[in-house]
Amino acid sequence: MITRRDFIKYSLQGIATISVAGAAIEIINPSKLFASKDEKNVRWGFLVDTQKCVGCGLCVRACKLENEIPYDANVSRTWVERYVLTKDGKVFADSPKAARDGFITNKIEMGHGEYEDIKKENIEKAFFVPKLCNQCENPPCVQVCPVGATYQTKDGVVLVDRKWCIGCGYCIMACPYGVRFFHPSYGTAEKCNFCYHRITKGMKSACVDACPFGARLIGNINDPNDEVGRIIRNERVSVLKDEFGTKPQVYYRGLSKEVR
Amino acid sequence: MVHGELWTIKELFVYPNEFIYWSIQIVMYPFMTGLVAGAFVLSSLYHVFGIKELKDMARFALVFSFALLFAAPMPIVLHLQHPFRGVNVFLTPHFTSAIAAFGIVFFSYGAIVASELWFLYRKHFVEIALPLKEKKDKSLFEWIKFIIFCTLTLGVYDISEESLKKDEKAIKILAGVGIPVACFLHGYAGFIFGSVKANALWMTPLMPVIFIMSAIVSGIALCMLTYIVVMEIRKIMIKSQRKPWMPKLEEVKGAEINVIKISAKYLVLFMIFAITLEFLDLVFRGYTAVKHWDILRTVIYGKDFTNIFILQYTFGNLIPFILFLIPGLTIRRAAIGLVLALMGVFMMRWNVVIGGQAFSLTLSGFMEYVIPIIPHDWETFKEGLLGALSIFIMPFALFWVIAKIFPVFGTEKVKQ
Repeated sequence: MITRRDFIKYSLQGIATISVAGAAIEIINPSKLFASKDEKNVRWGFLVDTQKCVGCGLCVRACKLENEIPYDANVSRTWVERYVLTKDGKVFADSPKAARDGFITNKIEMGHGEYEDIKKENIEKAFFVPKLCNQCENPPCVQVCPVGATYQTKDGVVLVDRKWCIGCGYCIMACPYGVRFFHPSYGTAEKCNFCYHRITKGMKSACVDACPFGARLIGNINDPNDEVGRIIRNERVSVLKDEFGTKPQVYYRGLSKEVR
Repeated sequence: MVHGELWTIKELFVYPNEFIYWSIQIVMYPFMTGLVAGAFVLSSLYHVFGIKELKDMARFALVFSFALLFAAPMPIVLHLQHPFRGVNVFLTPHFTSAIAAFGIVFFSYGAIVASELWFLYRKHFVEIALPLKEKKDKSLFEWIKFIIFCTLTLGVYDISEESLKKDEKAIKILAGVGIPVACFLHGYAGFIFGSVKANALWMTPLMPVIFIMSAIVSGIALCMLTYIVVMEIRKIMIKSQRKPWMPKLEEVKGAEINVIKISAKYLVLFMIFAITLEFLDLVFRGYTAVKHWDILRTVIYGKDFTNIFILQYTFGNLIPFILFLIPGLTIRRAAIGLVLALMGVFMMRWNVVIGGQAFSLTLSGFMEYVIPIIPHDWETFKEGLLGALSIFIMPFALFWVIAKIFPVFGTEKVKQ
């Protein structure tokens, strides 16, 4: 018959033994060891030069084809926005079909199938802004996923596991940049992943390769010799919606205050 | 077609990937969990705080809460793009997500309600199971009944005065523990919305509290309404068709105005809390007028004016408030007030969920939700009017089944 005193004694001893063994696993964390051996220390970052973008939409087309997003579906992993500011201070913006076919008309899409025709002499300034997933340092989409189907890789890219996503749409709601959507065929959350399958093999993402004007650049911003990292460190760049504290890793040159 | 495209109308500048992704089923989800929580709180008023007038209502509310509990997760299941993967939430819960807590909270709450029901009805189970056990040649129906009730006793046949006293104590403890859990169950539904920093309308720490208060309003209202309807229908049925197994006419009572009056008091109390908090939120947003106030103002005072100020505040809050406060409350007047109060809470959920998606993340465009009324495929059924109605009817159907095992209708005999 075990006494109460013995029971407590043995229990405490047992807990202590398991804790010490458990602590050892924490000290020699295999994944941390593996990570510390990895000298490369990669952090993918993106640079968009809005001054160079002409709104041709080749990036959107390349992305759709590369990542198998149904061509005619009204969703896209990346898109280009057009901003037109008139002399009377009004701001117009649109992105028809995510700018897949570029901006083939001067008319601005207003929704409800209506268009606003702005005369050239009334335009104060106009420019294009490409958008894509910001691969945030502090991604709200990863935070809210109830099953952990969306996650951040070591090199900073946020990915979605199509086999585990339940399709609740919470991540879509949580993203302040509106980059997420449901894949029309798979019914799972979908977003730009910097073409992870390409960049991890030494290639550039499809949109970067497709841009004829060099408006899009991708690189390892931790690498002192990398062009993207160098520009982010040395030049004046900004990010989108930093008030949300998401720490976006897509940097912009020449961003105007009208950009949403 | 892209999910959401069918029922979304875009206006001005909206990001290409933006649609109304959270539609009617996500309106139904907090509405249904709210009813669960509210019904439980109502039943606890008697069990914990000893408000004696609510004895009948407490029993009724608890059984109804149990029926509602099964219906509460159904909107989410219907909403999921991959409903069969819903179990992943239990397999790999990602605890930084508000939804991940769902499994734990839901099952603990379910366990509490089930245990409380068991203690409450234990005597009833034994009283049915024992005579059947002794009976020699049972018919098939009696065999089934015997197996069900024998299982429900869980092997405990002691219904002495002393053990029943212990049961009462257990019920009191469970009801006491149940109140914070019920509030948590619904508070976290509010947290799901309140914590979305990307959404200007949703993000407020008041959201969980507002949700709890309106949940209690809706739960009390639905219990009262069902109580009135069931008691009155029962009275009419028994009057019209006299069958030997039916209770005697003098044992049957309609809805009691006294019970309604007391419950209405609590309803009005929680309604005041809910409205105060909602107005505090509105005033605070207008006063601080941060970046997104311009578009919020357009939505609140413009596009959603009818939904918010006419349907929710006037018809859903103000009119029921007046109806309940005018002296000399009658059953009919109470019933009208209750229907309106329920509609008000539903509109509150609608205005949060759909209203929160009525404007774009660009803060310079709008989205309008056109609810699919006539379904032409599974998607338009479940995300449309019929899907929502099916969810709303479900707890009543369940209640009808559950009430066969847990009788709630008070003939004097059962109550004693």
